[in-house]
Amino acid sequence: MGGFLDQQFGEGGIIVSKVDDLLNWARLSSIWPMGFGLACCAIEMMGTNASGYDLDRFGVIPRPSPRLSDVMIVAGTVTFKMGDRVKRLYEQMAEPRYVISMGSCSNCGGPYWEHGYHVVKGVDRIIPVDVYVPGCPPRPEALIGGILKLQEKIRNESRMKPVALEKILAKKKATV
Amino acid sequence: MTFEELYAYLLQKFGEEVITGQDEQSSPKAILVDSATIVEILSFLHEDEHLYFDMLSCLTGLDNGPEVGTMEVIYNLYSIPYDQSLMVKVTLPQDKLEIESVSSIWQTAEWHEREVFDLLGISFLNHPDLRRILLPNDWEGHPLRKDYQEQEYYHGIKVKY
Repeated sequence: MGGFLDQQFGEGGIIVSKVDDLLNWARLSSIWPMGFGLACCAIEMMGTNASGYDLDRFGVIPRPSPRLSDVMIVAGTVTFKMGDRVKRLYEQMAEPRYVISMGSCSNCGGPYWEHGYHVVKGVDRIIPVDVYVPGCPPRPEALIGGILKLQEKIRNESRMKPVALEKILAKKKATV
Repeated sequence: MTFEELYAYLLQKFGEEVITGQDEQSSPKAILVDSATIVEILSFLHEDEHLYFDMLSCLTGLDNGPEVGTMEVIYNLYSIPYDQSLMVKVTLPQDKLEIESVSSIWQTAEWHEREVFDLLGISFLNHPDLRRILLPNDWEGHPLRKDYQEQEYYHGIKVKY
């Protein structure tokens, strides 16, 4: 499946498409992550953002506030002390929101899985995770891979389909 | 001043009651002292013009395990004008983990003592702000103790893998 602009283009400057596709294309082309890092993975994340790998070309620009952000890249070891803060930051993000778990520590506790009394054994115990990026720490290519996976997920979503309404109607039907 | 000279100097000043021994295995060589007079001894080491240990390089704690039943507080001192290092060790019984704070002599001891309190649970008397420094305030237990068992849940999150 190609991008929005790869499809019908031409014919007197008119594009015929679904609103869903237009919205999704706009959303996946401007995934703004929250600018925060927790450990050594954050260094790789910064490297990915810098000129060498240039995440900017995917429209990924770190934002200084959770209220401006679409995705939280959990880059590093989540301690229990930080866990409360991570949860609060996630709750402050506006929906639709996504989470990329970057690196072994935030995937499953990493090297601290057995003796790390202070480490949350996977950030998915606190907040829902959309994409897991393996590695310790993952190379910038791996993080870019994770972002592309997230783009794939957003591309297949539907914001226009009244899912909530359909659910309510189905529930009503079932009770009647 | 060599370690032997220093040891004899302190022994002559304080007596065997207070200076209980030496440990030549450690690096730098250590003197073992009584816990009750720790502030007196360390302020002497800090102020005496032949010693002048003006820097507390490190303050740390050690659990000898439940079989031995003691914990230690270890002070690493350094004298900048005399270019000399010294270790001072204090042993505390498991049932009375209390020692006077030395933050009035070296202010840097404040955070070091908080760390020892956080991870080993040794109380420092007359400390200006004795609370946990690394772990959250509502954490249970002191993780560097040999018999430490982590809690099962913290804020509803399972701790074990």
